[in-house]
Amino acid sequence: MSVKFTKDHEWVKVEGDEATVGITAYAAEQLGDVVFVELPEVGASFGQGDEMAVVESVKAASEVYAPVSGEVTAVNGDLEGEPQKVNESPDGAGWFVKLKLSDKSQLDALMDEAAYKAHIS
Amino acid sequence: MRYLPLTPEDRQAMLSKIGVTSIDALFTDVPEAARLDGPVDLPAHQTELQVERALSKMAAENTPASSVPFFVGAGAYKHHVPATVDHLIQRSEFLTAYTPYQPEISQGTLQTLFEFQTQVALLTGMDVANASMYDGSTACGEAVLMAARVTKRKKAVLAGSLHPHYAATTRTTAKYMDIDIVSSAPDLSGLAGIAELIDDETACVVIQTPDVFGRLHDLTDIAEKAHQHGALVISVFTEPVSLGLVKSPGEMGADIAVGEGQGIGVGLNFGGPYVGLFACKNDRNFIRNLPGRLAGETVDADGRRGYVLTLSTREQHIRRDKATSNICTNSGLCALAFTIHMTLLGEKGLTRLARINHETACDLADRLSSIDGVELVTDSFFNEFALRLPKPAAGVLDALVEKGVLGGIAASRLYPGELEDILIVAATETNSDDDLAAFETALREVL
Repeated sequence: MSVKFTKDHEWVKVEGDEATVGITAYAAEQLGDVVFVELPEVGASFGQGDEMAVVESVKAASEVYAPVSGEVTAVNGDLEGEPQKVNESPDGAGWFVKLKLSDKSQLDALMDEAAYKAHIS
Repeated sequence: MRYLPLTPEDRQAMLSKIGVTSIDALFTDVPEAARLDGPVDLPAHQTELQVERALSKMAAENTPASSVPFFVGAGAYKHHVPATVDHLIQRSEFLTAYTPYQPEISQGTLQTLFEFQTQVALLTGMDVANASMYDGSTACGEAVLMAARVTKRKKAVLAGSLHPHYAATTRTTAKYMDIDIVSSAPDLSGLAGIAELIDDETACVVIQTPDVFGRLHDLTDIAEKAHQHGALVISVFTEPVSLGLVKSPGEMGADIAVGEGQGIGVGLNFGGPYVGLFACKNDRNFIRNLPGRLAGETVDADGRRGYVLTLSTREQHIRRDKATSNICTNSGLCALAFTIHMTLLGEKGLTRLARINHETACDLADRLSSIDGVELVTDSFFNEFALRLPKPAAGVLDALVEKGVLGGIAASRLYPGELEDILIVAATETNSDDDLAAFETALREVL
């Protein structure tokens, strides 16, 4: 299992041909208290870089982009009632969507943890 | 002393910098024929007294609404605005207030907006109202956009009896949002042809009541049909005073209620500024998609009541192009006037005002429809109704002006080439018995 990062502060955790996507702890901290997350429908397909979700905090609203192409197989329904999970556990219970990968090679171009840390520092 | 914003040297320096020889050279793209060659031929300067005299003379050629029996409505209504309203809105604490971003210095404005929202929600029978929109027609356009966002659908059905200016504004607003607008033909006696246009692609059905011909509609059945198809119902009004007497949009199953607030607290003002009212049901998805500002009540660090703008992430200063509305303007001062007038009236006062309007209109309808050849075509109305005349209404209105009566709006002015014999007439509490008698007499004479 590997975790990859985008320059737009999404993380992707890949298991087999399924990827779980969320926003990074850095992004969650920068946004402040998250008050709403707008998630896509299960079954929707996105190309890499497409706008997939929206996250809103008390001070900003940001788009969440699909880090890789794929079809949505699950969304984190808990975020509807408990958006604060994005702040509490951005890389765990605060995940956004699961995607069925359509092109695994796209992962190669994403950053690993060390590269992402360098990106945000 | 002459004020010289730029010296010739400054100009020359700027021209050389951009590589142009003269100021005229900046206008070479404008065709020669469209350019002015020489000074504009204006009269010589005059003294303040002379200008005042000249302008007064020109102004005297107008027929002010307050100077004659006045029965014009169709979207703007002449009501009495108590002097208290003007006095209070001109207080410097209010009059200088602009967009109240800073709660530290804007508690008074924010509290009034909160009260405004409460009044609008109560009037419309809705749960949530925003802090106002630009006017009724833009509120209508915004409501269609909101319905499209909420339902994720791209088709809006407009009743043909929606005020044509509202329909036009809505089409403009929807044009670049890929929303398909369909409309039924204007029906003076009901809502014919609308139900058939509603399908599973429909985002919303937009119906005005009282409609542009003054006719009241019960939306209950059409709301049921719309909801079966997953479409929202947008109820529109141009006369807010009607809500003091008739069933509210909320009670009839509307999801969004929008309209013009001018009739309460805001004068005719030559057509603006007016104030758009916007309210909807309490649904999480609705509120997230609501356009415009929202004032909310909260407590400060010491637990004292205070007011702030809330849910701002919907708005363009944060959301930019994805904002729920990109019309910056709301009508804070008109909303304040509305709030003050509503507060002065109270619930009983509003009902009483509405009743006087309705009774005056009934009286006028009886008088006018007693004239040979004049038929009352609106069987259920508040303070405005349509008459079928034996001649084109536009000519009749001109003849009435000669008799010193402003007798309404010709429907053909709103529907060019159609409904030429239809006259739309409004009556309010400002019309005395003498006014009604003068209208009746004048109409008998000109027909």
